[in-house]
Amino acid sequence: MKHERRVRVMVAKPGLDGHDRGARIIARAYRDAGFEVVYTGLHQTPEEIVEAAIQEDVDMVGLSSLAGAHKYLFQTVVELLRERGAEDIVVCGGGIIPDEDIKKLKSAGVREIFTPGATLDEIVKWVKENVKPR
Amino acid sequence: MKDLVEKVTSGDVRTVARLIRDVDDGMPEVREALKELYPYTGNAYVIGITGAPGVGKSTLVDQMVAHLRKRGKTVGVLAVDPTSPFSGGAILGDRVRMQRHSMDSGVFIRSLATRGHFGGLTQSTRSAIDILDAMGKDVILVETVGVGQDEVDVVRSAHTTVIVVVPGMGDDIQAIKAGILEVGDIFLINKSDREGTDKTLNELRLMIEMDQKKFDKGLWKPPIIKVEAVFDKGVDDFLAAVDEHARYLEQTAGGLKSRRSPERVRQEMVEMIKARLFEEVLDKLTETGEFDRAVDAIVKGSLDPYSACEGLVFPALAGLPDEE
Amino acid sequence: MALTFNPKIFQDIDEKYAAWKKKLGKVFAKKPERLKRFSTVSDKKIADIYTPADLKDQDFAADIGFPGDYPFTRGVQPSMYRGRLWTMRMFAGLGTAEDTNRRFHLLVREGQTGLSTAFDMPTLMGYDTDSPKARGECGKCGVAIDTLKDMEDLFSGLPIDRITTSMTINPPAAVIWAMYIAMAEHRGIDRKVLGGTIQNDMLKEFVAQKTFMCPPEPSVRIVTDTVEFGTKEVPRWNTISISGYHIREAGSTAVQELAFTLADGIAYTEKALERGLHVDAFAPRFSFFFNSHLDFFEEVAKFRAARRMWARIMKERFGAKDPRSLWMRFHTQTAGCSLTAQQPYNNVVRTALQGLAAVMGGTQSLHTNSLDEVLAIPTEEAATIALRTQQIIAEESGVANTIDPLGGSYFVETLTNQMEEEAFELIHKIDHMGGMLAAIEQNFPQQEIADAAYHYQKQIDDHEKTVVGVNKYAIDAEDIPVEVLEIDEALETIQIEKTHRVKENRDGAALKQCLEKVGEACTGTENVMEHLITAVKAGATLQELCDVFRDVFGSYRDPGIY
Repeated sequence: MKHERRVRVMVAKPGLDGHDRGARIIARAYRDAGFEVVYTGLHQTPEEIVEAAIQEDVDMVGLSSLAGAHKYLFQTVVELLRERGAEDIVVCGGGIIPDEDIKKLKSAGVREIFTPGATLDEIVKWVKENVKPR
Repeated sequence: MKDLVEKVTSGDVRTVARLIRDVDDGMPEVREALKELYPYTGNAYVIGITGAPGVGKSTLVDQMVAHLRKRGKTVGVLAVDPTSPFSGGAILGDRVRMQRHSMDSGVFIRSLATRGHFGGLTQSTRSAIDILDAMGKDVILVETVGVGQDEVDVVRSAHTTVIVVVPGMGDDIQAIKAGILEVGDIFLINKSDREGTDKTLNELRLMIEMDQKKFDKGLWKPPIIKVEAVFDKGVDDFLAAVDEHARYLEQTAGGLKSRRSPERVRQEMVEMIKARLFEEVLDKLTETGEFDRAVDAIVKGSLDPYSACEGLVFPALAGLPDEE
Repeated sequence: MALTFNPKIFQDIDEKYAAWKKKLGKVFAKKPERLKRFSTVSDKKIADIYTPADLKDQDFAADIGFPGDYPFTRGVQPSMYRGRLWTMRMFAGLGTAEDTNRRFHLLVREGQTGLSTAFDMPTLMGYDTDSPKARGECGKCGVAIDTLKDMEDLFSGLPIDRITTSMTINPPAAVIWAMYIAMAEHRGIDRKVLGGTIQNDMLKEFVAQKTFMCPPEPSVRIVTDTVEFGTKEVPRWNTISISGYHIREAGSTAVQELAFTLADGIAYTEKALERGLHVDAFAPRFSFFFNSHLDFFEEVAKFRAARRMWARIMKERFGAKDPRSLWMRFHTQTAGCSLTAQQPYNNVVRTALQGLAAVMGGTQSLHTNSLDEVLAIPTEEAATIALRTQQIIAEESGVANTIDPLGGSYFVETLTNQMEEEAFELIHKIDHMGGMLAAIEQNFPQQEIADAAYHYQKQIDDHEKTVVGVNKYAIDAEDIPVEVLEIDEALETIQIEKTHRVKENRDGAALKQCLEKVGEACTGTENVMEHLITAVKAGATLQELCDVFRDVFGSYRDPGIY
């Protein structure tokens, strides 16, 4: 038995939009960075994502949204995690998200938002620095 | 510890999830918890499902969960996916096909990566089964890609082991023949709307009937069930076959207790001792640097590996603690 | 048939080429080539020069020919842009039906000749705004349509008997089309004169865009119902817009876009033939929709190859006789995925180049993206610049003066041939798997695209491919100076109230009967379209009808290919 904590992350697509190119690419990049990545697939409600994150005991939930519903969806995930006493799970997001909304989401508890143009290396580096196995 | 036992046995999802993580990460302190939880285990029916990648195991498990829930059973799922040998990471994607059950409090789904440590998968998955068992799940489904010995060992520690194939995979039937035929209690042909189903059925039948003598003595003869998991066709028949096998175990091997038969306990103990010894000894040798020194010496030619092994193992064993 | 080139010239070319190569070798011995590997955005390798020798086997008449002549490499109409320019069709949709209607009136006043509707996510997925699944999504990336009333408000005051309307909708396409027809009939307009397009291409949803509702087989069955209905009842309507756009946006290469799109077209054709329709009765109403990406020549070659391939497929594989069946008419949109949030004004230039490639490729209609599309729904100002970009290409640049101006370029013709060859290889692979439905079930196209997308992203991260303003020429701590259009959160409440008002004023018994009829048609083999039209007239909502589909056919879940 090697006693070593591995980073476990979840990549989730909340809401109805099906643009999963980013989510799929980031899942692969996380794997290649040595993380264990639980992928939930498309069209998830915030409730489903939070339940899955808890059952899977992940250290971070990465959310992706490209259809403008991020404010409601991301905030709800943060709130539900808090309700379940799981606020130690880091939430970050990516997608087409205007600056104004980034400010609001961050103050609501989303730790980081990656917008189009963020490189895989940048994102992976951020996770390595900010997400520690709990 | 008492608090933890109470939380697990009362079904607290966060505690269970964390404990499985500790098991998976090999945290030594988890052993105490497992000892305490053991008395609460032995009540779940465990079904192992294995087969090559792409045969539709996750979809099958998803449908099984739906059917079992309709029968009022609570279900635990352990889905094992391979770890990338290059990065050590893994994409655990089985959950995608089961996410519709995530809001059902009677279902607990956990994805595990093989991680590639010696015997570790078998150990940690068995412990995870125990945890879900203690949690009170009625049925536990364990899904693995049946490629490595580890994965096969995992599913064969189930009450009922299911081998999933799809039509037109001739070579895979050969592979089954070569390795895991004897562990299959039920053979399932998924995607049986496809061409080649009858051929696969006949091949399986021929293969199973090679052991006809065993069946004549009243031993379990594995049935072959046709299923189209995507369309939820044949899943009832399949679960009926599982029931049939459970009845057989009831009559011949003590039902739920069959997972604890002397033969199995013996085998699992051997595996557990092997893994534990390996871990303790290697940890110690790595810590002291003796292992690397021995390797250097063999490479330089100043020591032979046989003497090196003896020189390492016996002192290490002598120095192991009697009790933690 | 005579060859394009006199065979005698090849010996001369070979000699001169060898001499030039030698000279080149000396130059690069001093200072090597600028790049280790020259390749397109799809990572297709490009040679240093192309000559007539690359076109040795080309038969001018059989492979290139004249516009309006088989195999239509140079364009489907004889006159192309000498007769009429392409249709400048800008995609628009936001907020409520009334909001989008105002935008439509503005676009028509601005000189736009065709309308194009974007719907919001709940509508695209077959949910009404009051569904729990729709929370937070109303009006966010398009217009919300729940009932016939919304459809009437959307097109209020617009001359729908004269302008064509394109509606980008897939799983619920049959329902939305039924609403459009019902709306026209309420205004006294005969369905026979209605012109427009529903996207209605379910196969590419499973492959790329992932807006799905029912499993592939029944989804294609409903698509086939619309094809049959259109052929008989709405003859001016394009029943499927077979789309490569989303395949490319999902990260495919140009060849994959081409191959998977045509393979989808083949699958729809086969299904319609199984229905007993004659190929020349329905094929003329199939239209196509492509992406115009960053690599200029690759895109031009793709468009030219696409036209030639479709003509060959329809003629040789399906025995089509009517020239209109052989025509690949297509709409193009510039590549949304190529736009960057960084230095967003650069997007105007990207879009201009991509728009130009589409025009060089002979598109029938074009949407040019707005510079802020990567940030949010476009503002009116940004949408106007995008339209002006097309008008500059059309009326200032002079590129539309002659037909297929790049035809005959050694490079472009070679690239066209290569794209055709490689795409046919992929199509044969899919044929061998049992066709597109079988290939989708085996996750073949999904996996191919996932691999290509990851490869490209890696190339960007490794600086093998340049994205200006992102991995090169980036500005630190950039302040993005673009005004972003906000969608009012209150809109959801307003829309839900509107839908509830419609629901309260219906004849419950009549509605129930209508829904049952739709259900029976789905269960059996009867065409659903007429029943859908009756149902929406009786006040059935989009979701109520889609729920019938889901009940009968089941729901499709993402197989999660990464």
